[in-house]
Amino acid sequence: MLIRIDPQSAEPLFEQVVFAVKSAVAKGTAAAGERLPSVRELARELAINPNTVVRAYEVLERDGVIVRRQGAGCFLSDRGSDLAQGEKKKQLVDLMRRAATEAFHLGFQPDDVKKALAQCLDEVHFETKRRQA
Amino acid sequence: MSSPVVTFAGVTRWFGPQVVLRGLSFQVQPGQVYALLGRNGAGKTTALRILLGFLSPHAGRVAVFGADSQALGVAERARLGWVGEEHRLYRTMMVGDAVAFEAGTRPGFRRAFAERALQRCGLRTGQWIARLSRGQRAQLCVVLAVAGNPELLVCDDPALGLDVVMRRELLDALIDLLADTGCAVLFSSHFLTDVERIADRVGILHEGTLAVDATLDDVKRRVLRCLWAPRAGAEAPTGPNVLRAAARRGGHELTLLDAPQQLLATLRATGDLLAAAPPTLEELFLDVTGGQGPGLLRDMEPAVAGGER
Repeated sequence: MLIRIDPQSAEPLFEQVVFAVKSAVAKGTAAAGERLPSVRELARELAINPNTVVRAYEVLERDGVIVRRQGAGCFLSDRGSDLAQGEKKKQLVDLMRRAATEAFHLGFQPDDVKKALAQCLDEVHFETKRRQA
Repeated sequence: MSSPVVTFAGVTRWFGPQVVLRGLSFQVQPGQVYALLGRNGAGKTTALRILLGFLSPHAGRVAVFGADSQALGVAERARLGWVGEEHRLYRTMMVGDAVAFEAGTRPGFRRAFAERALQRCGLRTGQWIARLSRGQRAQLCVVLAVAGNPELLVCDDPALGLDVVMRRELLDALIDLLADTGCAVLFSSHFLTDVERIADRVGILHEGTLAVDATLDDVKRRVLRCLWAPRAGAEAPTGPNVLRAAARRGGHELTLLDAPQQLLATLRATGDLLAAAPPTLEELFLDVTGGQGPGLLRDMEPAVAGGER
């Protein structure tokens, strides 16, 4: 599992670690049963305070994303995760906001934008794609 | 909460006509990593030297483990580790000699731990200290200080004069030691990116007192910096949530604390709100020490109680 953080980001570091693990699960790049790095390993890898990793692991355990086995370390639980949903929705809104802003500058009205979006949605075969996935 | 490891209470110190510290007050809790920041000459080293009992305050008091810093006994000193900015070591010794020397002078010194830590840093006992690089000397100092099993490690700008690679190695050594011992660390630094990585709490020293004393998570969660371009006629906001409103070309740069949604909605309705995000430590540092005056974030304590969320 690849975990990346940005110390300068607006998000507190422990939350970045939490989200990185959650999104690895959501995207399917990490499978149930996979062992997470130890606190020391991850703290060293990311060059952050071990306390921050401990805190992130506590939150992940509380949310049921990982399980702690005494003496063996932390493992991804087999519970499916839809926890990244909120973040995905936020990204979608950001995307739409950009389109709306550009449309405004092109001089269109909300109805024009809605029509254009409907047309775009028709072009994308959401259902077929889903089934394939 | 257990009692603080360090308490500065109204510490004032001057040198000749120059007042360096005027009523400095802050605390370091057990297990906390506290970064003391400030411009050159802000008084960081003075504060740390008073804490260690090398200097006396002209007013106020520093308590270490509850004992007055001016009368630290053997028992308190044994619980303290110190890394000075000059990384002073005996140059005629080998690395192994330095370990043996410290082991002989400090009762709680963990020799096996020191040897393991040195190995992890790639230092060999047979190396001459005179031939070590600055970064290696810094690492050795940190290892020796922490092998004494302190409950508090005090470092005066441990990364001063080190290049990026050496700084990362030093950071690695510190992270290892934190993972092993969970001791409290009070350190001063100029490297804000390093501080952002490992500090739990930051204090920014300006004009002799702390202009900021807050956890980094709190800064990120509760402080918002944004650019606001008002439409014609709209006035810059004021009130307790507005820490600072600096005029910029075409608008204002606002620093908001605990900004309610209503305030943000008003700003969006009366102008264009851009780049609303928490400040980076560097932006905060520049805001505070760049002539804007102190008192910016001193009173962040109330909502901190209970920690997260």
